[in-house]
Amino acid sequence: MATVLSMKEPKEIKKLRWKDLGLSHSQLVDFYKRMLLIRRFEERAAQEYGKSKIGGFCHLYIGQEAVGVGAIEALRDDDYIFSAYRDHGHALARGMDPKSIMAELFGKFTGCSKGMGGSMHMFDVTRNFMGGYGIVGGHIPLAAGTAFGSKYLGKDSVTVCFFGEAAANQGVFHETLNLAALWKLPVVFICENNRYGMGTAVERAHAVWDIYQKASAYDMARGWFDGMDVIESYRAVKEAVDHARKSNEPTLLEARTYRFRGHSMSDPIHGHYRTKEEVEEQKKSDPIPRFAEELLHAGIVTQAAIDEMEAEIKDVVNEAVDFADRSPEPPPEFLYENVYV
Amino acid sequence: MTMIAFREALNQAMSEEMERDSNVFIMGEEVAQYQGAYKVSQGMLQKFGEKRVIDTPITEAGFAGLGIGAAMIGLRPIVEMMTWNFAILAFDQLFNNAAKIRYMSGGQFKVPIVVRGPSGAAHALGAQHSQSFESMLAHIPGLIVIAPSTPADGKGLLKSAIRDDNPVMFMESEMMYGQKGEVPDGEYVTPIGVGDVKREGKDVTIIAWSKMIHVALAAAEQLANEGVETEVIDPRTIRPLDETMILDSVKKTNRCVIVEEAWPFASTGKEIASRIYTKAFDFLDAPIEHVNGADVPMPYAHNLEKLMLPSIPRVVDAVKKVLYR
Repeated sequence: MATVLSMKEPKEIKKLRWKDLGLSHSQLVDFYKRMLLIRRFEERAAQEYGKSKIGGFCHLYIGQEAVGVGAIEALRDDDYIFSAYRDHGHALARGMDPKSIMAELFGKFTGCSKGMGGSMHMFDVTRNFMGGYGIVGGHIPLAAGTAFGSKYLGKDSVTVCFFGEAAANQGVFHETLNLAALWKLPVVFICENNRYGMGTAVERAHAVWDIYQKASAYDMARGWFDGMDVIESYRAVKEAVDHARKSNEPTLLEARTYRFRGHSMSDPIHGHYRTKEEVEEQKKSDPIPRFAEELLHAGIVTQAAIDEMEAEIKDVVNEAVDFADRSPEPPPEFLYENVYV
Repeated sequence: MTMIAFREALNQAMSEEMERDSNVFIMGEEVAQYQGAYKVSQGMLQKFGEKRVIDTPITEAGFAGLGIGAAMIGLRPIVEMMTWNFAILAFDQLFNNAAKIRYMSGGQFKVPIVVRGPSGAAHALGAQHSQSFESMLAHIPGLIVIAPSTPADGKGLLKSAIRDDNPVMFMESEMMYGQKGEVPDGEYVTPIGVGDVKREGKDVTIIAWSKMIHVALAAAEQLANEGVETEVIDPRTIRPLDETMILDSVKKTNRCVIVEEAWPFASTGKEIASRIYTKAFDFLDAPIEHVNGADVPMPYAHNLEKLMLPSIPRVVDAVKKVLYR
């Protein structure tokens, strides 16, 4: 039988909070700041998209920030991260420079992928940020590959792979889970269930609505957590990552979250597939004000400190946009660079 | 020189490279315990152990993707596809990941993976097991495509492929695995992207690769009896293509026939012809003739299968056509 993690059964979830997890006050403040940075960064990206400074498909992470921030905070620098096309938040959470991410969105040479990737393909080899990928589920086996590589090379790095719940219906999701379980690979699959694959609700696309239970077919450790709660996200992922590092075993985690924006910038927030009321109702569990309230209540931060962070982040985002605006486009000859080594 | 079979040459290439570099490993269906579906990896499990000679489940997209991820952090996987027909299931991994990760990351990552296996028809395997996909693979910028025709080329090119930092698609042939040929003694590599003149001649050029080289050489032998001196050239690598060798030969003979097993529509031969027409138009004394597999799925019936594939008489006829004989 697969190792049973404490998050395995929903009713068994212990409401462990920061004290029990050994998180310092500065770490908690950092959680908050990173979530806020992602929120403000992406709100600004949406504006810049409206001004046609950013093109193509631009999938915002707004509403899901707690998943990426909590999860990535549970990793070491030598762990590997794979993301899908909703990758700005993960890149920011990993500590990539907001300037290089905005510049990438603007298609500039100073971007994290030199302007060659765009919104869906952010990469940073120095941070083991292995990229954002645009084919639903197509990157999942790559994550098993870095996990395989860590094991082959005798390193104890763990790989984390983010994808949406729609990817869990793709063949490669199942192929990879089978390989990871069969070969005992140190990888944590994090399914961010934001309830809609573009405009198709989970109930209309999945025979089994509890996505994490799909791991039971592979006798793999599994569980779900409240993806609107950054501490829960940290706790669940930390447990799965520690487990992977210690025993070389994979886990499938389902983060139950919600996207406040449309599937991409070119899609409506609500319409045929969900109501305005539903979105408004979900916004009541917005992970950012929710966590601010907790920090304030616990006396970890003051309102003044929160306001200060807000101002600081505003500057960071402004700087990122200025930087992106001022940066050069890739030179024409770069069109033919890096097709081959 | 030593006389060995094609499969043995490939085995030597992989074994030598695995001895040289501990980051090289092979995985695929039946490569280890079973000793290879076509015995290409025979003895490797015993030699290198199960850490480096790995049996996979039948999960082509899964293990191709896994290999690509491993290559991103410095390993050099050899992924054996039991046949390229099965690799279609992994084309998303090869086209969207292996071929593009370097480019879309702005050069931050490389993917030194070799995907290899038999391609094309064997005997009576029917429609789904008899296909040649080199033009589809070569269509994708970022992939290198190699299709050798002899044990010596196979060994030298596979060693180069394993050492290359790009994703290399290496296409073999079930029909060639048992074919013997002379292989140089000792360490050697054959450069990627450099073709080889398999037979010199002055009257007409036949361009072919992989097992079609042997059809072309047999046709050339027959034509020699009729006084036609045929040059047979083998690009060996489909992408990058040795354009210089091709143009030099056509400029010398002024006549060209392209023989390939694949279907005619948008084929590699059409790409080669386009380059000849663009860069050596004035040297041509006749339109280029193409001998391809018939534009149909492969039939099972023995007589129709023979009819579907390029044959010596068809190549001889094509040569006569460009010679206006």
